[in-house]
Amino acid sequence: MTEGYAGLGGYDGYGYDGYEDGNALAGPLREIFTVDVTAATCRCVSCGRTGEVATLRVYRHAPGLVARCPGCDAVVLRLTRAPHAAWLDLKGTTALRIPMSEDAVSV
Amino acid sequence: MGIVSPGFQGRPRRGDTRLPPGQYLTEGFPVLSAGPTPRIPTDRWEFVITTETGQEYRWSWADLMALPSETPTVDIHCVTKWSKLGTIWQGVSLDTLFTEVDSAADFALVHSYGGYTTNLPLEDLLDGQAWIAYRYEGEALAPEHGGPARLLVPHLYFWKSAKWVRGIQLLLTDEPGFWETAGYHNYGDPWREQRYQGD
Repeated sequence: MTEGYAGLGGYDGYGYDGYEDGNALAGPLREIFTVDVTAATCRCVSCGRTGEVATLRVYRHAPGLVARCPGCDAVVLRLTRAPHAAWLDLKGTTALRIPMSEDAVSV
Repeated sequence: MGIVSPGFQGRPRRGDTRLPPGQYLTEGFPVLSAGPTPRIPTDRWEFVITTETGQEYRWSWADLMALPSETPTVDIHCVTKWSKLGTIWQGVSLDTLFTEVDSAADFALVHSYGGYTTNLPLEDLLDGQAWIAYRYEGEALAPEHGGPARLLVPHLYFWKSAKWVRGIQLLLTDEPGFWETAGYHNYGDPWREQRYQGD
């Protein structure tokens, strides 16, 4: 992280730095996926931290949702919602491990 | 008197003609941010223009302060639909910074402290259209609004006016920036309502 930053969010003297936890992604991602992606595990491309999507730091006072790694602040996921399309960028995570029900596996 | 009276639908309210389609006026100054707010001490701040050949032109904060400044009064338009009219800034015109820069590039990728990027044609940064702004309404530009210095390109949506600007990379081919790779329009003209890709 570049020196001179305020830190990892929270109160910065001018107002809250603007992030919420990854549960803020639940509603917007429910529009796209049939599973609860906030329960999925992701691995940060930048630092290798592994954790649930719900633990990401989500900046939503922006043109889109930006979810950052709580370990290194790198962007893990971005979601832009336009009236007729959504853009989901996952290049900040190597993979998502999504808990599934065995009952749902077709044979 | 004609069939259609000029007053039939009411006169445009003051400022309406300065409001692009789909925008609403705000008196506040909303803070939008895609990450933690960088805090850059001016004694460690620098601004770098890098040409397509790798040649670098650098300015320290003292260098920037020594350059002639301008005080543009401009309307700003955020893609999230708020507009703010008559904002007063102080900064150095990019025409001044580019005076000695030798480049054949047509495109610019703007870089910020904190990793943000945005792209635009180089010609949109020149001819009195863009500044490195360091004062807003007579006060030092606050960190949450991009201080110590931000790019100011008011004729495009405000995501192009990169906060915490640290440099401009000149390119022979266009390279999309942070929001431009996440669904937002590559150019972002508020008067043509170029919000998203395909608009």
